[in-house]
Amino acid sequence: MKEILVRPERCVGCRSCEIACAVEHSQSRDLFKALSEMPQKRLYVEHVPEHSLAVPMLCRHCEDAPCVGVCPTGALTQDSLTGVVRHNRDLCIGCWTCASVCTYGVIGRDRRARAAIKCDRCPDREIPACVAACPTRALIYGEVEEVSGARRAASALKLAQGVAASSR
Amino acid sequence: MERKPATESIDPAATRMLREARRAGLETAWDRFKKQQPQCGFGQLGICCRNCNMGPCRIDPFGEGPDKGVCGATADIIVARNLLRMIAAGAAAHADHARDAIIVFKEAAEGKASSYKIKDEAKLRALAAEYNISSWEERGDAADLANAMLSDFGRQEGYVTLTRRAPEKRRKIWEGLGIIPRGIDREIVECMHRTHMGVDNEPLHILLQGLRTGIADGWGASMIATEVQDILFGTPSPRKSEANLGVLKEDEVNIIVHGHEPILSEMIVEAASDPEMIQLAKSLGAKGINVAGICCTGNEVLMRHGIPVAGNFLQQELAVITGAVDAMVVDVQCIMPSLGGLAACYHTKFISTSPKAEFPGALRMEFSEERAAEIAREIVRTAVENYRNRDMSRVIIPREKSECMVGFSVEAILNALGGTPQPLIDAIVNGSIKGIAAVVGCNNPKVPHDHGHVNLVRELIRNNVLVVTTGCNAIACAKAGLLRPAAAKEAGDGLRGVCESLGIPPVLHMGSCVDISRILVVAAAIANRLGVDMSDLPVAGAAPEWMSEKAVSIGAYVVASGVFTVLGTVPPVLGSPVVTRILTKDLGDAVGATFAVEPDPFKAARLITDHIESKRKALGLKV
Ligand code: SF4
Ligand code: SF4
Ligand code: SF4
Ligand code: SF4
Repeated sequence: MKEILVRPERCVGCRSCEIACAVEHSQSRDLFKALSEMPQKRLYVEHVPEHSLAVPMLCRHCEDAPCVGVCPTGALTQDSLTGVVRHNRDLCIGCWTCASVCTYGVIGRDRRARAAIKCDRCPDREIPACVAACPTRALIYGEVEEVSGARRAASALKLAQGVAASSR
Repeated sequence: MERKPATESIDPAATRMLREARRAGLETAWDRFKKQQPQCGFGQLGICCRNCNMGPCRIDPFGEGPDKGVCGATADIIVARNLLRMIAAGAAAHADHARDAIIVFKEAAEGKASSYKIKDEAKLRALAAEYNISSWEERGDAADLANAMLSDFGRQEGYVTLTRRAPEKRRKIWEGLGIIPRGIDREIVECMHRTHMGVDNEPLHILLQGLRTGIADGWGASMIATEVQDILFGTPSPRKSEANLGVLKEDEVNIIVHGHEPILSEMIVEAASDPEMIQLAKSLGAKGINVAGICCTGNEVLMRHGIPVAGNFLQQELAVITGAVDAMVVDVQCIMPSLGGLAACYHTKFISTSPKAEFPGALRMEFSEERAAEIAREIVRTAVENYRNRDMSRVIIPREKSECMVGFSVEAILNALGGTPQPLIDAIVNGSIKGIAAVVGCNNPKVPHDHGHVNLVRELIRNNVLVVTTGCNAIACAKAGLLRPAAAKEAGDGLRGVCESLGIPPVLHMGSCVDISRILVVAAAIANRLGVDMSDLPVAGAAPEWMSEKAVSIGAYVVASGVFTVLGTVPPVLGSPVVTRILTKDLGDAVGATFAVEPDPFKAARLITDHIESKRKALGLKV
């Protein structure tokens, strides 16, 4: 299962991901036309002032998703195959129970539909819009195993270099 | 009708070279464009501001995030200011070009730039009269004219001189809005001042300065450049030539002149025909020296000498990839900095000549007006000697080239019409020609290369709209065969009849981008004849593939002159509903013309023919 993984150290805070997300969730899927639709974004580039960093925050599609468990109407469900947490606007009553339990605070409010709004991982796209839009590749779309494996290998290399240097 | 989607170019020569580029692992503008995708939404909408160091600031176009910059600037203010800066940059490019032309003219008149001669005495005389230089005949008075023109740049009192060429009614409108330009440089400087943090913050007020600066470009800088270049190098007259990469020759030294100024390229054309140089080329195994142009430097020598044109803006890299270019000689504007790296993959010498413009990987042979002929010879010699280094096994020249008829300056058009614009006006009045469209401007990889240009122009002539063209649109039309008298066959019956009786193409090549000023002069002449304003005429403008800031300035003066203009690529203004409304609607009340944006050339043609029809109705002409 592929996940959107975040590398905050690469984020430059340009918010291209936010714009791309909003456009992807418009009817027209065209930046210029979407202006008249005012679509909403589903991920948030958060500024962390203590460290002068920008951190993109989006739904993790938690494997044991608390939002799904608490939703009283069944508006939130989790695909057993992909793990994607989906939201059914028709069932949503806007009680915000899901928002209260989401660890990441990434459940938003759709002003017009008076319902929760969240990352759906762009079901019509091969690569989610935010990932495709990020110019610095701060967002990656891949298997956790693969990404962790690559990171493990890179760390191992660093470690090995250190060992080799100190034993010289 | 079958509309086959071409994703990169509709020109088979360009497509062929792109394939070669990919095979050879070379990167072109199309590849870099792809790597830029998706492009920044804030930038595309014009809602980012870097005008001070409290920023950068950006506005959330969807209304959730920040709605103001640190200073309080809204999307409307930011978009208007950004647009004004684009106009200023574009007008500055034309102004600088014009000033350099005047300086060469002045030095020629003073005998300092002996390589240059006065070629059009009549035009000199007429211009001197317009500038009130009465004693032009005596020696040194051409220098007086030069000084008078130079004073238009830094003018402190009165208005830019050639704005007097605009029809009375038009000038009244400008006067009413307070937008007759004062000094050319002054308007550009004022744009920069007004967009400085905390100065001008009212979108309409800002955009009116944009129109004034545009007028300073169109009826000032660009017009001066055209006139002075005609005086120095001759006013273009109809002649035949060829266009597209197929004009490069396998067995001759190929020199490409690229950029925008004819000042050096004129000399290169001359030096390349010097028997001594040709002899040198022959001694090195070449059959001769072939000069070809790209972009507007190309248009300048095409219009005046029939020097073939190798392609338009997006073909500059492709020309190098033919492996047959011995020297790519550039001056200013629209020259891709990628050329240096690309030329290094071949034997091509990439030679930069302007004191203003340096490029990575370029061989510098700086131009000076005093030593113009000498420098041109050095450049030609460098190219000729470089022929020996050409790797013939890597030479791939596409076969495609089209015949074209070029050189329709205002004077040439009048000539073709028998001395007065009356026959043209008659044709418009009786409806055989429905109207005139000026189709101009760049290429842009956002649109398949030449797709917007060629399809729009074809569609227009089919509907009996006479097309006048300059810049890269003109080159696209030349390549598509639309500049041949035979292309009248593609026109509607009315236009076809007129063209066939006069022996002219249905698309008239009026020159380089600064020569859009010629189009203004034609439109003003027709308006004056009919006793109406330019905005009453059944005319329209279009820039189907525009990309440069110069195009924004041009758009500003064309609309300010009362001509409805359709843009094919979206300008960075949509982030502001107010600016968008001003440009597409309110300007109509103010100056009698608006902008429209329509990327589809077939729909754009419809917008233009509808507009022309409505103007015909208003004039009481049959539609
Ligand atoms: S909305 Fe929050 S809790 Fe629910 S799956 Fe996404 S991150 Fe987890
Ligand atoms: S706001 Fe909607 S989705 Fe969230 S818990 Fe309530 S009903 Fe479920
Ligand atoms: S697009 Fe990438 S770099 Fe820009 S804000 Fe989003 S995550 Fe950060
Ligand atoms: S001028 Fe205003 S909007 Fe622009 S960067 Fe400065 S504070 Fe931000």
